[in-house]
This record gives sequence, structure tokens and C-alpha cells, in this order.
Amino acid sequence: MVFVPVGVGDPLPETVVAVVLMLALTAYAVLGGADFGGGVWDLLARGPRAEAQRQAIARAMGPVWEANHVWLIFALVLLFTAFPRAYSSLGVALFVPFHLVLAGIVLRGAAFVFRAPAATAAGPQRAWASVFGAASTITPFLLGATLAAVSSGGIRVDADGTVTVDAVNAWFSPFSLLVGALTVALFAYLAAVYLTVETRGALQEDFRRRALGAGLAVAVLAAVLLPLAPRTAPHLWELLSERGRPLVAAGAALAALSAWLVWRRRFLLARVAAVAEVVVLLWGWALGQWPYLIYPDVTVFNAAAPDPILRFALWVTPVGLLILIPSLWLLFAVFKGDNPQADEPVGSPRAQADEAAARPALRRDAAAASPAPHADEPAVDPAFQGEPQAERARGGAPSGRTGR
Amino acid sequence: MDSLLAARLQMAISLGFHMIFASLAVGMPVLMLMAEGLYLRRRDPRYLELARTWGKVTAITFAIGAVSGTALSFELGLLWPAFMELAGPATGPAFTMEGFAFFTEAIFLGLYLYGWNRLSPWAHWLTGIPVAVSSAASSVMVVAANAWMQNPVAVETLLAEPHRFDPVRALFGNPAWPVMAIHSTLACYAATAFMVAAVYAWAALRGHRDPMRRSALRMAMALGTVAALLMPVTGDASAKFVATNQPVKLAAMEAQFETEAGAPLRLGGLPDPETGAVPYAIEIPGMLSWLAYGDTRAVVPGLDRVPRDLWPNVPVTHVAFQVMVIAGVLMVLAAAWYWWIAWRRRGAVMDHRALMRGLVAAGPLGIVALEAGWIVTEVGRQPWIIRGVMRTAEAVTPAPGVVTTLVAFTLLYLLLSATLVWLLRRIGHGPVPGVTAPPGAGGDGGSGSAVATEALASASPARSGAAPSSASAAQATTGRAGTPAVPDATTIEAGLRRPGAGTGRSACPAVPGAMTAGAGLHQRAAVAPDGPGPGGPSGSLGARGAGRAATPGVE
Repeated sequence: MVFVPVGVGDPLPETVVAVVLMLALTAYAVLGGADFGGGVWDLLARGPRAEAQRQAIARAMGPVWEANHVWLIFALVLLFTAFPRAYSSLGVALFVPFHLVLAGIVLRGAAFVFRAPAATAAGPQRAWASVFGAASTITPFLLGATLAAVSSGGIRVDADGTVTVDAVNAWFSPFSLLVGALTVALFAYLAAVYLTVETRGALQEDFRRRALGAGLAVAVLAAVLLPLAPRTAPHLWELLSERGRPLVAAGAALAALSAWLVWRRRFLLARVAAVAEVVVLLWGWALGQWPYLIYPDVTVFNAAAPDPILRFALWVTPVGLLILIPSLWLLFAVFKGDNPQADEPVGSPRAQADEAAARPALRRDAAAASPAPHADEPAVDPAFQGEPQAERARGGAPSGRTGR
Repeated sequence: MDSLLAARLQMAISLGFHMIFASLAVGMPVLMLMAEGLYLRRRDPRYLELARTWGKVTAITFAIGAVSGTALSFELGLLWPAFMELAGPATGPAFTMEGFAFFTEAIFLGLYLYGWNRLSPWAHWLTGIPVAVSSAASSVMVVAANAWMQNPVAVETLLAEPHRFDPVRALFGNPAWPVMAIHSTLACYAATAFMVAAVYAWAALRGHRDPMRRSALRMAMALGTVAALLMPVTGDASAKFVATNQPVKLAAMEAQFETEAGAPLRLGGLPDPETGAVPYAIEIPGMLSWLAYGDTRAVVPGLDRVPRDLWPNVPVTHVAFQVMVIAGVLMVLAAAWYWWIAWRRRGAVMDHRALMRGLVAAGPLGIVALEAGWIVTEVGRQPWIIRGVMRTAEAVTPAPGVVTTLVAFTLLYLLLSATLVWLLRRIGHGPVPGVTAPPGAGGDGGSGSAVATEALASASPARSGAAPSSASAAQATTGRAGTPAVPDATTIEAGLRRPGAGTGRSACPAVPGAMTAGAGLHQRAAVAPDGPGPGGPSGSLGARGAGRAATPGVE
């Protein structure tokens, strides 16, 4: 059993704040992770419907990606508020990788703003389209490798706060690289599963195949990782086998279940199972890691901020959540609820109207390569005061009318 | 270059970049809400068009502000780990609340942007309110953290008896916070308003002087005027606080090398720290003493009160301060000029070319003032990162490679800036029939943006009764006869303009052939081949759109 140094006083506030921090990270993995995964599929879009796939990804992400990204900031702020010593140590130890993560986040965010459908992109927009996918793939890889690095024992922090990094152990070990790859695969899997829910027809089949492929990659990577873990992160392994065994088993079971559900085309259920899988795996890692923030020198207890600050963080969180939870519920209800969008093919007037209303688009966006329904098909839901949008979706008169 | 200088430069560049977009993200939602509110009251489509376009600009600025802000929260730890270890707990609560505000903003901006067709008009407008409120709250909270660095309340308690430290009192009981927060948040509004006004003044010079743009200019100037008039008041309060709380900073701002009674106000000048002289300055006797302490004979402590190694960079602080003040004064003058002309020439304010040129020139003033003000605040605090507690040099990261990251991030931000300029330049207004393109305007109407025939879907309201004239948008914009009438194209997607397509004549063709495509759109539609129109991106738009229209959904 590993000796756990406990700070003076009551360990409860530290524990609760650490749990809140994990919850924020979990939300980021499940929501922001899927957005990263969307970027992976944007990068890997192939075949006759490549552009339609990209559009579906953009449409699924559009309304929510900013909110999804905030979980990372929230986790970061909580980390330096509640565990300042861990934050400063990580800042030194991960100077290069975190800068790369930053570059990835900045490029990806900017690319999402700058992108335009390939058919309509002009000038710099073309270049940014590929940046989006590339940055979305590299960033989660680095984030995953970071999780591995703080577990690997390659980052040491002296009593006086001096940080030394054994780069080979922390960064370039097969373990870290594989965890990075596993993160990418998991996020891609999540994204593909979400997208099966939000698309129909041939596109849905595309994403189903992609989900199965990514699921297979997750399984293979996990299988390779298992024998490596005891050697690279013995403490993690030890604790996992002690406390986390049921969680790991549950994670594996959920992975199999969600893949089977995808196979059977039970997409809504598959989405639930896939989310549960990611949550369980992440918390399994957290359990194995507990109470270390950076193994073996920095713990939740010895890095914690003074009690009043922890208490403040604990008080302000529920208050903030009182505002956030209903707002988030509203956001997801409007855009992801029983999903009015899901029943609409990409490129339907409704979908286009949403997209068009939201992004500064080249004129040609109307002519994006996605198929549209017939001209005279009435709009699903009259907007504002009910003008059929199908007509304006092309900005023209209903077909059949000729110019004068 | 040593790590300290590189880290300071990287932080300065990251902050300087972030501030532009963060300030726009604070100001734009207010304009957007004003426009949509006017639309709801008057049902005039011009306001809807403005609200939509401004919403898009808000989205872009918010997104870039969000990523650059994320970069900053990482960089605090990456570049200044020792500082964050000490200040993290003290400033954390402010950042936590800022996180919540930011989160709220992200959620409601998503609803606002994508909800045009999914929410009732009033509900939609209401979703914009949290965007404006929370972006201002973000600004106020971040400033609270900075105010603590300027004036670290209860830092002794934090160091000696951490369990008795009260973060709420330390942050929000800090007298530096309200003056700084109000001053800098107002600066965000001024910066946004003058930028937006400049865009419409520029359009006026290019011949786009329709009622919609006139309203846009008026709204921007209204916001800008309120902010510009309040700035000197809050600025004076800020300076008075600095005088009592950070006398060294005030001395650097005013180039006050010697402690003196009845100190003069030095306008301009280039202070020389070696000689203590301020050549080229205009001095107003006793003015500084009066401004700082309300008495022309008051003693103003000079830089001679502190050892030389505790001086901030005096020339930079002083010059930045002068720039800020001058920019502030010019904004007030520009605003006064605008309202004078607006009053003199009802409705024809956009025809006044000299004023329009002046407003274009005044466009960057708000941003300049904002950046200069931050230089004053931050450079004036040096050499301290937490005043009197920790020096910037003690806080910098021991990690090697700061110079590399400085270069990399500078290039990254340059790239982003270039792309953003490109993108924002191409956001234009679509024509609003009867509003932007009065018949007979000789094709002067459209802003060189989308033509109706190529406009995207937009949830335009049924205009009560006012059916659009058949001098339809398309015709008005392209100035061509023979374009199809576009029923109900009351608002048109704000499209992107070709660079240089603002000639006020043909608005649209981004590709050769599009002109004709517009004319023949519907005939083509009937016979368009399946799939996208001919030839990749250079294919004709109209044909492409039409082709799509005739293509059965592939499902």
C-alpha cells in the first residue's frame, strides 16, 4: 500500500474540490472530447460524401462547441485556485507540451471560425480547413499524454518547489504515446457515435462505420496498454488493481456494449453507453491516481490552497451551477433535444438556415455541396412569422419561376 | 534575450492581442442587442439585418477572444509559475467567477447565433442579454485579479496565516478594483463603438449611404459617445487612486522625477531617466498636484523617493499615458463633431465627407487608448508582479525555451490577425429592399455583398404589409435589369465581400460568370445537372445554387 501523506486539518474540502475538478475534466472529455473527435473525422473525411460529412460535423458542433470548450478553462482555473502548487509545477514540467496544446487550441478555435464548406471556401479559408482537422487530432493526443506523464513518475518536485523532468520517462515512453493515441481514438469514437445520432441515411452509415473502426482502435490500443501499465506506472497499476478493478471491468464492458449497440444501429443507446465508457475509464484513472496530482511528489493535500479558498470554491460552484445547468439544458434542448435537427438531412433548409444565420459565410455557402430537398418543399418550422424558408434558402424564387 | 524579457514580451503580445477581441466581444453584444431591440419595436428590417451581421461579428470576436483567453490562462502558469503559486489562491476566486460568466456567455451566444429560426423573436432577443451582461462581468472579474496584483490586499495574511485569508474581501474589498473595472470596461465599449463607426463611415465614403448604415453609424456613435464622455471621469478617479496607492506609478506616468510641491502637469515629452529631465513637454504649473490631490500646492512624491532599481520604465509609462489621454480627448472631439453635423444635416450626415474621413481615422482610437492604458498599468507596476511582494524577475519560469515560444506565438498571432482582418473585411450587409437600396440609387445600394439570388436562408420576418418592391434586392444590388424578382427577400444573409468589391456597383460576382448566373438562375435551375454546378470553386455560383436546388436529396 502506498503511503499517503495527509496535510493538517480536515481532508474533506480538498477531496471535494478534487472531485469537482474531476467532474469538470469529465465534462470536458465527454463534450469537448467529442468536438476534438469531430475534428479528427473532418481530417479523415473521405469518399463521395466527404464534404457532407464535414458539414454534418460543423453543424453538430456549431451551437455547442464554445460551451464545450469552457470546461477546460473551468478545470484549469479550479486547478490553480485550489491546487496552486500543482499548477505551477505542471507549468514548468510541461512547458513545451502545454505550449503545443495551446497552439493547437488556438489554431483549432480559429480554424473553426475561419472554415467554410470546401465548395465555397476562398483564399485563406482553404488552408484553415485542414488546420482544423490537424489541430483537433494533435491536441487531444498531447492532453492524453499529459495524463500519462503525471502518472508516470517522470516529473519530480522537490520540497523547495524545484521541478525536474525525466523527459524520456514522462513523454517519450511508449506508455505516454499510447495513452495519447488512445485519447484520440476514444474521442473519435465518441464523435462518431454522436454523429450517428445526428445524421440520417448514407451519412449515418458513414459515421456508423467510422464509429466501429474507432471502437476497434480503442480496443487494440487498450489491449497493448494493459501489459505496459504495470511497468511504466506501477503505482497506478497497483492502485487500479486494488481499488479500480470493478471500474476497469465496467469500462471494458461498456466499450463492448456501446460497440454492439452501434453495430445493431441502436444509436441513441450507443451514445449513452459510449459516454458512460469514457466516464468510467477517466474515473478509473482518477482512482488509481488518487491522491496524487503529480505522482509521486504532489498530492491533493500537499498542494492545496488555504482552506478559506477551497471553501470559497466549493460555495461558488453550486451557485454558478444554478445559473449554468439551466442554461446548458436550454442550449442542448434547443439544439440537441429530441433533436429536431436529427430528422433533417444535412443541407435541409432548416439546417442551412441555422448555419447561415450563424456564420459569416461566403455567398456560395448556399451552394454548399450538400444535397437539398425539392424547391417547393415547405419549411419544417416557419421561422419568426412563418415565411417558408425553403424558398429563401436559395434566396430565389421557387423553381419554375423565371426571371423577367 | 533572457527569459524574463521574452516572457514579458510573450505575455504582452498575448494580452495585447486578446484585449482587442475581448473588448470587441464586450462591446458588440450591446450593439447587437440595441439593433435587435429596435427591430422588435419598429419592425424595420434594417435593424434585423444589423443585428444579424453584428451577431456574426460578435461570434468571431468571441471565438478568438475565447481561444486567446484560454492561451492566457495557460500562459500564467507556463510563464509565471511562482507568481501563480502565490497569487493563484488569491486571484482564483475572481477567475472562477469569470469562468462562470464566460461559460454563460458561451451558452447564450450559441443560442443567439443558431437560434434565429428556433426561438420566438422576443425569446431570441432575451438570449442576447446574458451575452452582453456576462461579457462585461468577465471583464470586471479579470480586472479584479489584476487589481489585486496592483494592490495586494491582505497579502500579509495570505503569507503568514493562510487559514485566515478571506479571498472575497481581498478581491472585492480592494479599492483599486471598482475604479479599474469601470474604467477598463467602458474602454471596451468605446473601442468597439469607434471601430464599428469607422466601418460605416468607410462605407459612406465608398458610396453606401442608405438608411440602414446611417442607423448603424448612429447607434455606434451613441454607444461611443456615452463611453467616451465617461472615460475622463473614471480615468480621473483611477489616477487619483493611483496617486495615493501607487505613488511610484503616478510619478512614472507623469514623469515626476523629483518630489515637489505644486507639481506641474507635463503634456507630452520624452522623459530621460538619466538626467531627470523631460524635454519637449508642455508644463501646466500646479496642475498635477491639483489633479492628484485637489490642491495646486500639494506635494507630489517623485521617483527620487524609491531606489533606482524599483523604478518602472519611465519613458514607456509616460508616453503610453500621454497616448491614452490624447486618444481619449480625440474620441470626445470626434463624437462632438458627429452630433453637431448630425444635428445640422438631419439624415445627410453620411454625405459629410470630412466627418466620415474623421470617423475612419478615429476608428482605432478606442483600441489605441485601451492598449496604451494597459501598458501604463502593467509597465507602471514594474518591477513588481505583485506590488511590494514579488518581483517579476522572481516569478518567471525556470524552463528553457521561452524565446522560442515567444517567436512561435508572435507568428501565430500575426497569422490570426491577418486572417481575421481578411474575414472581417468580407462581412458585408445584404441589401434590404426599400432600406438599403432606394430605387434609382443606381446600384448604389448593396454593400458589395450577397446578392439576393445567392443569399442564404434567413429567417426574415414577414414585413407587416410592406411587400418588397420588385426593384428587388438583386436588381438593386447588381444594378442589372433582368434579375429575377425575389419575393420576400426582405433580409439577406450577410455575405462576404470580395476584397475590393466595394465599388458600389456590382456587388457580387466573386467569380466570373456569376453576373449572368444571377440573370439566368431559374432557367438554369430547371435544367441543372445533378450535383454541384460546373467546375469546382470557380464554377458559377448561381448555377451551383440552382443545381443544388434541383437536385433531389440524396438520402
